[in-house]
Amino acid sequence: MHARVTEQAGGDYLSDGYSLRSWLTTRDHKRIAWLYLVSITAFFFVGGAAATLIRIELATPQGDLVSSDTYNRLFTAHGVIMVWLFLIPSIPSALGNFLMPMMIGARDLAFPRLNLASWYFYLCGGIFTLAALIAGGVDTGWTFYTPFSTMFSNSHVILAITGVFIVGFSSILTGLNFIVTVHTMRAPGMTWFRLPLFVWANYATSVILVLATPVLAMTLLLLAAERLLHVGIFDPALGGDPLLFQHLFWFYSHPAVYIMVLPAMGVASEIIPCFARKHVFGYRFMAYAILGIATIGFLVWGHHMFVSGQSVYASMVFSILSFLVAIPSAIKVFNWTATLYKGRITFSAPMLYALGFVGLFTIGGLTGLVLASLALDVHLTDTYFVIAHFHYIMVGGSVMAYFGGLHFWWPKMTGRMYPEMWGRAAAVLIFFGFNLTFFPQYLLGYGGMPRRYHSYPPEFQVLNILSSAGAAILAAGYLLPLGYLLWSLFYGKRAGPNPWHATGLEWQTASPPPRRNFEATPTVTREAYMYDPVTGRESPQ
Amino acid sequence: MNGGFYLLPPSASDAAARYDILMLAEFLLTGFVALAVAFLIVYFSVRYRRDSGADRSAAPVRGRRLEIAWTVIPLLLFLCAFAWAAYDYAQLHRERPDATPVFVVAKQWMWKLEHTNGRREIDELHLPLGQPVRLVMTSQDVIHSFYVPAFRIKQDVVPGRYTTISFTPTEAGEFHLFCAEYCGTEHAAMRGRVVVMRPDQFAAWLQQGNASEGMAARGFELYRRYGCSGCHEAQSSVHAPDLHGLLGRTVHLQDGRTLVADEAYVRDSVLLPKKDVVAGYEPIMPSFAGQIGEEDLLAIIEYLRSTGGGDARTGH
Ligand code: HEM
Ligand SMILES: [Cu+2]
Repeated sequence: MHARVTEQAGGDYLSDGYSLRSWLTTRDHKRIAWLYLVSITAFFFVGGAAATLIRIELATPQGDLVSSDTYNRLFTAHGVIMVWLFLIPSIPSALGNFLMPMMIGARDLAFPRLNLASWYFYLCGGIFTLAALIAGGVDTGWTFYTPFSTMFSNSHVILAITGVFIVGFSSILTGLNFIVTVHTMRAPGMTWFRLPLFVWANYATSVILVLATPVLAMTLLLLAAERLLHVGIFDPALGGDPLLFQHLFWFYSHPAVYIMVLPAMGVASEIIPCFARKHVFGYRFMAYAILGIATIGFLVWGHHMFVSGQSVYASMVFSILSFLVAIPSAIKVFNWTATLYKGRITFSAPMLYALGFVGLFTIGGLTGLVLASLALDVHLTDTYFVIAHFHYIMVGGSVMAYFGGLHFWWPKMTGRMYPEMWGRAAAVLIFFGFNLTFFPQYLLGYGGMPRRYHSYPPEFQVLNILSSAGAAILAAGYLLPLGYLLWSLFYGKRAGPNPWHATGLEWQTASPPPRRNFEATPTVTREAYMYDPVTGRESPQ
Repeated sequence: MNGGFYLLPPSASDAAARYDILMLAEFLLTGFVALAVAFLIVYFSVRYRRDSGADRSAAPVRGRRLEIAWTVIPLLLFLCAFAWAAYDYAQLHRERPDATPVFVVAKQWMWKLEHTNGRREIDELHLPLGQPVRLVMTSQDVIHSFYVPAFRIKQDVVPGRYTTISFTPTEAGEFHLFCAEYCGTEHAAMRGRVVVMRPDQFAAWLQQGNASEGMAARGFELYRRYGCSGCHEAQSSVHAPDLHGLLGRTVHLQDGRTLVADEAYVRDSVLLPKKDVVAGYEPIMPSFAGQIGEEDLLAIIEYLRSTGGGDARTGH
């Protein structure tokens, strides 16, 4: 794996043309990754602004800041943007795009033009969604439950679902591209069980994207047909079945949760071994666990519907499968923990993010077990307990890992180091702010506060104030990296090819990498993660 | 219970007591795992930090036995948790022949409730202490969800079907009633209260107020007005099943299925008569969809209940 690193004669990918046109027509996966990174970040802050308003509103029990209609539009905007425009594409499309080819020793993805087209689909869908917001918003919640969304809401439902529909194509195309790339473009010697876990995770995610997203597309088409043409699919007044929508919707949207969290697991599996200087514990189990999660994840959608009126027996099947899907997730947590054992650990910023990810993901996952328990779910579903649970998984988990990954590969992507102290400070601030924001919500939920409430009984106020205070800290934590990462672009120290002494293939080339990634196609002779904790270096064989 | 800050919600039904124990058990289990993981991460982080002199030779990269152990042990624990929770959940949906029905119709944005004697209320539900109730619920527009945190019960209220839930209040007092399924603009205002009273007080309360003739009597009138009796009375010349004592009876269907007649079955038979055709009868009944509203249907069901049968549970 020791491809020699020499200074590039032809220059790196960043200096491959400076015009806007050269960026917007690029077929280089690394540049497309940047297109995603910039647009995804922009949406993250729009969704975050909505969250801020929501939290300010909830600081008092009366709905006094915004009207109930505006509030409903705010949490819908927040949900739609965060799910479809941030969480789903963030790690695969931004980090995955940049890294997948490099990690397997390829020069690009299998279909570079398709990759660019995916980004245009993403952007186009995002613009539709924004247009729906600007036109006055949508008040259905990101779940678009019928018959509210088909017959009762008089907001811009069609515009919004058109956006989501188009973004779906971006997902499908990216997924296809990744699958074909991993199958056909691995460097000589890069066998399946030498793949970094990040590649495994994105591979499994791609399979889910390709299989599940069409179901969402179909569901949205049916929704549009019903809303525009009043065909009786979901509305009982027209002879339809409202639960059918929920089944179809969650058949996509539950696996979508794994689309968000599997890549995050992949990121953690790269960072933790590197900063513990250890081979990841139980590599094969980790890979199998990814596949297990991806497979069983398709079979648990009904756990969103325990109180919907579906049959008791169906609920029992979905409940037991939900417990089963937790097993591979638990395995991963135990393996990361065991990876630390006898390591030589440094607490750089990416490592702090990754450890934060493990902690928050664990809490989110364990409370998922509580929700999978039928009787308890009856009380807790549609309350703030659920809000807390999925923020722990998706924000504490996925976003933390995304930030960790961004910090880990930033030197590779830009050739620059960010100020380490600021990186650590932000990680700690986010971890602290996050817990203060969302832990009280578990208590609120058990106390019985329903979600999607714009005013609430006064006894819930204390916990809501704590949560809003946490959100202010969290917001500051999220803004910090924006500052110092931008700063580093201009003033950061040069990174050199491998500042972390990591063993992945992507570190065996210059930072930023040359246009075609490697001077010469590398030959792989050993597994990923060949770290030696005794010397703290690469292990010799 | 109004006002003030509380961490744990009041526990005021038979379900609440059971769920709280289960919650405590799962809290201890998950709390233990979370603390164990947190402890190990912190402990390893300190012990094996870069500058410590800890021994790192022969660091393991896998451990089959360990991995099997931490797969199988959680699996067993999870199965226990599943079984426990599933059992309690089944209790919630168990048929309780002794439960008094209360009919609930939800609409944007209010709860309309009706007791069997015809007493109606809006956004308030009065219940007798210690007596099982069974809510029979439907919605006139979108999906709502009937949620009483103090009872730990929640059930979606779905247009186009009846959903039911049974429980016994175990504590007198006033409790929040929430709508828990997002239902549009005034979703957060779709709140009310449940008032649990001593049975004698409740009986007195039930007699006050709008002295209508009672649901069953109203239902009987509707039963005639909509022409149900024309076919279903014993002396009718049309070959149609006798509906006396229907609720709770086992019904054999033409396609070989059997089911126990409940409110949802009656509703479907009226609105979608082709769905469950009774064995031995021609599917000649016309659909009343669009003609009979939900509240009238509930009254008709209540009339049928009053005619006795295995599931006769009310006087009127
Ligand atoms: C400062 C950070 C955040 C705060 C304070 C926050 C707050 C909230 C609140 C209060 C709700 C519930 C709204 C309601 O049901 O009434 C909510 C919903 C949601 N949040 Fe966040 N959130 C934050 C960040 C995020 C992030 C980063 C993501 C994803 C990356 C996210 C994803 C979601 C989703 C998907 C929903 C569901 C929306 C719905 O109920 O329709 N949130 N958030
Ligand atoms: Cu409602």
